[in-house]
Amino acid sequence: MTTRIERHHYDVVVIGAGGAGLRAAIEARLAGKKTAIISKSLFGKAHTVMAEGGAAAAMGNVNSRDNWMVHFRDTMRGGKFLNNFRMAELHAKESPSRIWELETYGALFDRTKSGKISQRNFGGHEYPRLAHVGDRTGLELIRTLQQKIVSLQQEDKREHGDYEARIKVFSETTITELLLDGDRVAGAFGYYRESGEFVLFSAPAVVLATGGVGRSYKVTSNSWEYTGDGHALALRAGATLINMEFLQFHPTGMVWPPSVKGILVTESVRGDGGVLKNSEGKRFMFDYVPDLFRRQYAETEEEADRWYTDPDNNRRPPELLPRDEVARAINSEVKAGRGTPAGGVLLDIASRLPAEEIRRRLPSMYHQFKELADVDITKEPMEVGPTCHYVMGGVEVDPDTAAAAGRVQGLFAAGEVSGGMHGSNRLGGNSLSDLLVFGKRAGEHAASYVDGLGRRPQVATPDVEAAVDAALAPLQRDTGESPYALQQDLQAVMGDLVGIIRRRGELEDALVRLGALRERVAKVSAAGGRRYNPGWHLALDLRNMLVVSECTAKAALEREESRGGHTREDFPTMEPTWRRVNLVCSLDGDQVRLERKPLPKLPPELFRLFERAELAKYLTDEELAEFDALAEEAK
Amino acid sequence: MGTKRQFKVWRGDENGGELQDYQVEVNEGEVVLDVIHRMQATDAPDLACRWNCKAGKCGSCSMEINGLPRLACMTRMSTFEETETVTVTPLRTFPVIRDLVTDVSFNYTKARETPAFAPPAGVAPGEYRMQQVDVERSQEFRKCIECFLCQNTCHVIRDHEDNKKAFAGPRYFIRAAELDMHPLDARTDRREYAQEAQGLGYCNITKCCTEVCPEHIKITDNAIIPMKERVVDRRYDPLVWLGSKIFRREKGEAPRGSAAITATNTGAGPQLPTVTPVPPAGERSPEADAERAVNWHRAVPAPVAPPVGDNGMLAVSEFAFDRPAAPSPFGDDVRFPMPPNQLNYSHPDQPL
Repeated sequence: MTTRIERHHYDVVVIGAGGAGLRAAIEARLAGKKTAIISKSLFGKAHTVMAEGGAAAAMGNVNSRDNWMVHFRDTMRGGKFLNNFRMAELHAKESPSRIWELETYGALFDRTKSGKISQRNFGGHEYPRLAHVGDRTGLELIRTLQQKIVSLQQEDKREHGDYEARIKVFSETTITELLLDGDRVAGAFGYYRESGEFVLFSAPAVVLATGGVGRSYKVTSNSWEYTGDGHALALRAGATLINMEFLQFHPTGMVWPPSVKGILVTESVRGDGGVLKNSEGKRFMFDYVPDLFRRQYAETEEEADRWYTDPDNNRRPPELLPRDEVARAINSEVKAGRGTPAGGVLLDIASRLPAEEIRRRLPSMYHQFKELADVDITKEPMEVGPTCHYVMGGVEVDPDTAAAAGRVQGLFAAGEVSGGMHGSNRLGGNSLSDLLVFGKRAGEHAASYVDGLGRRPQVATPDVEAAVDAALAPLQRDTGESPYALQQDLQAVMGDLVGIIRRRGELEDALVRLGALRERVAKVSAAGGRRYNPGWHLALDLRNMLVVSECTAKAALEREESRGGHTREDFPTMEPTWRRVNLVCSLDGDQVRLERKPLPKLPPELFRLFERAELAKYLTDEELAEFDALAEEAK
Repeated sequence: MGTKRQFKVWRGDENGGELQDYQVEVNEGEVVLDVIHRMQATDAPDLACRWNCKAGKCGSCSMEINGLPRLACMTRMSTFEETETVTVTPLRTFPVIRDLVTDVSFNYTKARETPAFAPPAGVAPGEYRMQQVDVERSQEFRKCIECFLCQNTCHVIRDHEDNKKAFAGPRYFIRAAELDMHPLDARTDRREYAQEAQGLGYCNITKCCTEVCPEHIKITDNAIIPMKERVVDRRYDPLVWLGSKIFRREKGEAPRGSAAITATNTGAGPQLPTVTPVPPAGERSPEADAERAVNWHRAVPAPVAPPVGDNGMLAVSEFAFDRPAAPSPFGDDVRFPMPPNQLNYSHPDQPL
């Protein structure tokens, strides 16, 4: 069988067309590089559209006391101090500019009375900070970036007579392999989903912006695209992954009815007055305020209710605790037998706001549930529970350049596929600003990396042949199992054994089962031909899902503490010594290798942004002594 | 609790295909997309179908269900009878790639032809100031999830392949309208563009696009009709036409009503000839007006501020509107037939 391979030459190839990918592509194109955008879906359909709440940026439009230092502090607190401090710092400093820039691309955010971008409250953020458009901020972001790319193409059309002279979108295209020349990236190999034809991109720089890994879980808010492609591509190219044990389970995904299972109920429902109740009708969140947060959160329902109208003189309701705390509380309630039959709790906004007001504040939420499930959120409470939502872990990157760590060069990563920025837990709203800030940086530095190259790396023909063989293999076997059955088994292992609450025995069991699945996946077979064959596509994605799941399970077993998005029932507390450790995964042959690596140290000027009492909860005595010495010096 | 239900799904590619029968288990609370996924996992592993968010937010799973353009993730199985056979076919307006997947590149071509947002000169990022009531009109159109159901259903292209070249379709009319209503967009020729390059004139307001929109955007009432109306204003209102000729406004924004003319007149610069809206008394007679075909008595209505509520927001029209159905494209205070002397039609052959 002869194989036709279409070949393209680009300076920068961006894999992924969500917010981070598009922002990176814009930057690379603005830097004069010939840029390709690879999208697994149609252009503009990325998972970014699911982000509802908003984009966090300390613009201070609603509360002028807000600034980057407060945002930085909130981000570090949310991530339980495991964040890469430099990423959190850059993110807090640069996100306002990234948001304002979107307005010059045509974005229309909701406004304050004085005509500035309005900002809303969100869990974990001290001040109203999220730029938003109703509850469809992600859609606005994607559409804005998509339209900016179109406008750049229109410029190119005027200048070169061709829309695609310098930036082209390859929609419905999947990359299966990165190709190297020594340790340098030389290109990427993949296939067009529509035709099944192969395509080879020769490019010295690749930006990964492929999003997350949620499809490995049973209950997830993530779309089919979230199969950890970028994570796996990076691993196989010799890069490393960090923090893979930290997965965010959104506390409030719908659990019933099935047509909306996994769909998230935005946290702004709670910000706007929604409360959580168990099956006995008790508003249970007051029982779950950790000591760490006790000072900032209300102790009585009366005080909590006053906060919505008078936030300066009252403490926040406990429903607005960081996501992991809320998820854990719901999990405990359900396990104690106080959940609904479907295994969730009730989120009630219907009895707290007039119907008209709910429809005005949460229009797409209202219309979504009405349409999808015939649930009227203005009349009845929603049934919600923890849902796999976001992976904090990802490709280990240099904070300033977004270049992947490890031995590979010319590989960059931004957005959900990168790790470190959010530490052990991401604050709501920080993902949209994350992908803008680091998407831009990745594009910019990919371009300057290309400028600095003496010789263009070459794709080796045997590598391409190997990639072709690997891609065609599932179609040529007819004895293996169905990819759909394998995916279900993988989701069961991850959902049941590496889910929100973890135990040693279960994690060990999970690793054994993943090992068995690995052999079955190696023999998967897909029926049908190459033309738009979802079975074949899934068969190829399974390999990626599996290796990334192994990383998560291994890291989860290794980290013997509970922190943010990683909860061990057998080690329920946060250990300051573990805060100093990043777990780093790499590939050794086809085996996942796990190493411990020290966390970068917080520099003095950032150290001083925190009170000692707060730091005492996170740091070891040794680190506290250093802090005291610094404080002494400053006097 | 699952029951077996009858499905017919179109299978095939550009060379043809046919409806195939499937018996699939359906559980309580499921949508059509859940059922398609079950088919893939059991009887038809290579059944091609686009989908992404499964939450009605990305607009990927557009198809025709029992002949109606729908999102599969938003079509509840409970809306069909237990015994009803559900027929699923690909979008008809676009060429089939395989099974339920069609080639929607037409839409991306049209998107690329629509001029992008033009940022206002001299306004730095972070300095954009807009009022909520002003952005809300455009925001309605930015809710669009690009499912292309409106494009699929629009009979201008659904039934006439030849029109595709000249017609951008409802999705891009609302894009033009969105930019036209954008408070800071620097271009002022959006309406002319819609008329001349997008083929707005082909649309005869059957509202099919509005009916199928899963985001319930009032495509016809809030975008197409206002755009048509304003283009008509500009092209056929002789006063506006004359004003725009005499004053040679740089931008396409023509003066509307005498207030606008006065404002232009008092501006600095060379003294321009003055238009006297009402001719001398002696010449004023209906006959003379008819002879000129221009009714100089009729003042063009001044623009009216949008009805803003106490909260500073524009009311959602279907709640606030005092009559059923859509507002008249000619204004709700206009009654037909209009008295002849209120018409401002001028025959092209008649001298002005």
